[in-house]
Amino acid sequence: MLPQASDYAARVDALFLAVTGVCVAFGVPVMVLLATFCIRFRRGRRVNRRGVTRHTLPWEITWTAVPTLIAIGMFVRAAGLYASLTRPPEDALEIAVTCKQWMWKFQHPTGPREIDALHVPAGRAVRLTMTSEDVIHSLYVPALRIKQDVLPGRYTELWFRATRPGSYALRCAEYCGVAHSRMDGIVVVLPPEGYAQWLRAGGAGPDSTLAARGAVLFRRFGCSGCHRDDGRGAGPSLLGVAGHDVPLAGGRFVRADDGYLRDAILLPARDVVAGYAPVMPSFAGQIGEDELFVLLAYLHALGRAAAPDAAPPATLGPGASGAAAGTP
Amino acid sequence: MTTAALERPQPSYLAAGDTLRSWLLTTDHKRIAWLYLVTITLFFAIGGAAATLIRLELLTPQGDLVSDETYNKLFTLHGVIMVWFFLIPSVPAVLGNFLVPLMIGARDLAFPRLNLLSWYIFILGGAFTLWAMVSGGVDTGWTFYTPFSTMFSNTHVVLTAVGVFVTGFSSILTGLNFIVTLHTLRAPGMTWMRLPLFLWSLYATSLVMVLATPVLAITLVLIAVERIARVGIFDPALGGDPLLFQHLFWFYSHPAVYIMILPGMGVTSEIVAAFSRRRVFGYGFVAVASLAIALLGFLVWGHHMFVAGESFYANLVFSFLSFMVAIPSAVKVFNWTATLYKGSIALDTPMLYALAFIALFTIGGLTGLYLASLPVDVHVTDTYFVVAHFHTIMVGGMVTAYLGGLHYWWPKMTGRRYPETWGRVAAVTLFLGFALTFFPQFALGYLGMPRRYHVYPPEFQVLNVLSSAGASILAIGYALPLVYLIASLRGGPTAGPNPWGARGLEWTVPSPPPPGNFATIPRVTEEAYAYTDADRE
Amino acid sequence: MPIASEAGASARVPFADPAQQHEAASAAMWVFLSTEVMLFGGVFAAYLWYRHADPAAFARGSALLDAPLGTVNTAVLLTSSLAMALAVRAAALGRRRPALGWLAGTAVLGLAFLAIKLLSWRHEWTRGLVPALHAGAALAAQPRVELFFVVYFIATGLHALHVLAGVGALAVTGAALARVRDPGRWNPIELTGLYWHFVDIVWVFLFPILYLVR
Repeated sequence: MLPQASDYAARVDALFLAVTGVCVAFGVPVMVLLATFCIRFRRGRRVNRRGVTRHTLPWEITWTAVPTLIAIGMFVRAAGLYASLTRPPEDALEIAVTCKQWMWKFQHPTGPREIDALHVPAGRAVRLTMTSEDVIHSLYVPALRIKQDVLPGRYTELWFRATRPGSYALRCAEYCGVAHSRMDGIVVVLPPEGYAQWLRAGGAGPDSTLAARGAVLFRRFGCSGCHRDDGRGAGPSLLGVAGHDVPLAGGRFVRADDGYLRDAILLPARDVVAGYAPVMPSFAGQIGEDELFVLLAYLHALGRAAAPDAAPPATLGPGASGAAAGTP
Repeated sequence: MTTAALERPQPSYLAAGDTLRSWLLTTDHKRIAWLYLVTITLFFAIGGAAATLIRLELLTPQGDLVSDETYNKLFTLHGVIMVWFFLIPSVPAVLGNFLVPLMIGARDLAFPRLNLLSWYIFILGGAFTLWAMVSGGVDTGWTFYTPFSTMFSNTHVVLTAVGVFVTGFSSILTGLNFIVTLHTLRAPGMTWMRLPLFLWSLYATSLVMVLATPVLAITLVLIAVERIARVGIFDPALGGDPLLFQHLFWFYSHPAVYIMILPGMGVTSEIVAAFSRRRVFGYGFVAVASLAIALLGFLVWGHHMFVAGESFYANLVFSFLSFMVAIPSAVKVFNWTATLYKGSIALDTPMLYALAFIALFTIGGLTGLYLASLPVDVHVTDTYFVVAHFHTIMVGGMVTAYLGGLHYWWPKMTGRRYPETWGRVAAVTLFLGFALTFFPQFALGYLGMPRRYHVYPPEFQVLNVLSSAGASILAIGYALPLVYLIASLRGGPTAGPNPWGARGLEWTVPSPPPPGNFATIPRVTEEAYAYTDADRE
Repeated sequence: MPIASEAGASARVPFADPAQQHEAASAAMWVFLSTEVMLFGGVFAAYLWYRHADPAAFARGSALLDAPLGTVNTAVLLTSSLAMALAVRAAALGRRRPALGWLAGTAVLGLAFLAIKLLSWRHEWTRGLVPALHAGAALAAQPRVELFFVVYFIATGLHALHVLAGVGALAVTGAALARVRDPGRWNPIELTGLYWHFVDIVWVFLFPILYLVR
């Protein structure tokens, strides 16, 4: 049988069994009646065939209404379980996933990077933010009963909390070209201490975190020239921006999530922050998907830096002076 | 009903000329049905050959029979040919063409020349597709997902798209012809509520053909533009959005699933009534259920995209509607079953097919409930579970119904009877072959084997071998009717106008019918399936 | 077909009489137009999808179009619909020559629409607004503005093809009308009219979403 690597997997299997129950409850009587009628009313057998009813309405109402109610019940149960899949917990371990024909790349926030294998700690929520460098792929871990398409040009998310240490298959489920069926890997669920050990062996350290490397990129791509912490550059300061609402030209507000930040770097002309001229050049084609994740990790660090809740425009960020959150 | 036609013998439509020209330039709906029959049989053989190679390849996990590239081209070819060049035209263009005028008491479809044109367009589209195939093939899957199809595949995407695009117009014209014919050419007294249920289902099918196919056409145009001009429409690298493609594609392709099953339901209604000698239980509900399925079919396309990146709320809505589309299907199954009660049931070949249809359609429909349940779908979508599900509907349902209908109306089409024993043997063989081929695939999907896999983990081999073994039985099941039906054309016993003792205008004319169908247009005075107690004694 | 229909010798097999044939032809035209609605529906869907994704880029693209020419063209096409309606009416009253005149007028206005459309495409060409073929500075590094023009050219190109087909249908209808015995009981002109009005209505939707909505 297929292993259940998470509590969620067990709940999906329970739902699967429940649906099977409904199918048996409907399918078996139909098959039995088909067979019974075919035998009992076979042509040539002497049996009373008179009194065929034309009053079918009560029957029709019954077998329309009952399946409808059952279907609604099934929908509610399935939707309830599905809802638990949509919102990852706040404290989830953030893993950046980049894929391309035909490999999976994973970046851990503390630094280690791996290909076609993903090590995660048991018992902790893990959130995958994923993008593709070419065509659509789909990350599928049967043992966790989860799957999500990975699209180029945007981020999709998936989260899980593996409970049973072990090694599980990871497969690409969306047809992606010649070696689609060879685009596989493993998910290794380790006990928490085992994961910590694995991280150390993989070179995790304060200088190698994604955010630290992102700070380097932030300077190398010249971002820091305009997005100065004191807000006196051509662009807004990015302290306290990521993860918070940003006012746009035109009066709208938008949540500066990964998707927005990504677009702001690649399609800067689209949603310009209020009070700034649309002078930022596009970095599309200059910055790779892996690097973009690294840069985003740094932006998130900046976003956390300026005390999120108590951050009216004039609040000073730690270690830096200037206005936060995009006001000039 | 008129019996005048029987008293004045006329040469049949088959005797009205046997030159190639008399066939290729015919406007007789019955002859055009034969043109389609021969053509789609050829396409079925091509698609079947691809399926055979696929199943042979999957006997072993290593992928040692053909290369990755070839395998991808094989399943693409199989899908494109079977969907657009076999399933969609199968019952409508063959049985529908033959029967619509006969069943409503008309001399032909409303636009006979347009009908012939539909076939030529079909041939032209098929020619493009075959050209794409022999010149190297295409490897996108029948779904043409972008940006793979537009920017990454280096096979004959545009040529194939042109083939499918052209064929779409054939589908549209056939649907248009049926709709207009059913509206305007019904014989006096043939009211809507007296129409055979086959025609209700064809009417619903035609609506879907007419309304959904143009969306496919424009989508294929957009694919071709993006691929040729390299401007961004669906490719995110150029500002486009691949999800739009999926929405447009499934807006057509989900309703197209109903093009591929509604006619089968209609055939089943006819056969069940004829071989039970009973009016179909709940006639009105079965008729309306066809329209309900066609309508709801337009609203559930998003369930193909539950893991594609749609919003949570969109997924909820599409999940709910997908559960709802099960209801009219269930209503039909219950009514067919109830029709057998107190019937006079003859288990001739067509009835065996009809019973197989009901059983397999029930299984296919019920497995759809797994896919409508969001968390289960997340697990099994894009796996063999889905492959098994839609083959149960398409092969277990539509192909079974098509063969059942072909046997049921074969005496009418040819004037000859096929060998009944062989017919039953083939029907049972097909059912067993089908079950062995596809039921293991449900398990494969649940265990996590994705679809379109050339190599696969060794733990899946046992189930794959079972499936391939079933496929070889299935192949025998398909070969049998091909042989004995062709043989019956010459040697079969003469059928007479109504060999089954069935009701319906098509059984009042000679077998095979004369070119204009009816000597005088009949006047209909009774409802469909007006079997009496005496018929059942 | 060897069998003659019983009633009304003038109806073609399989029809019993001219009224039935007329009814079938009208039904066919309506069904055909519904397929056209779905065809253009796909283009409108693409427009709405991308407009929603990036309204600002679509507004910038729209601002680059030649709005005066578009407005003139709208007037030309609306006038042509009026001429078409008058042609149908004249034919229904049995007045062959006025009907032919209005038909010719409709066709001329249709051709004028196409000429003006060509002119506006030429403007877009010279300003480098044609994706893939002649994309200039205005489209450089602005994929979503370029996307607007992709949608624009597909929509207006598809529409122009329909206008062209309509002009052809007008010519065929005119030639047939000139020969028909009794124009008052002849309905193909109504069907041509339906089609022409449909093509007009498509433009009535295209014009504001492409030129006016900012």
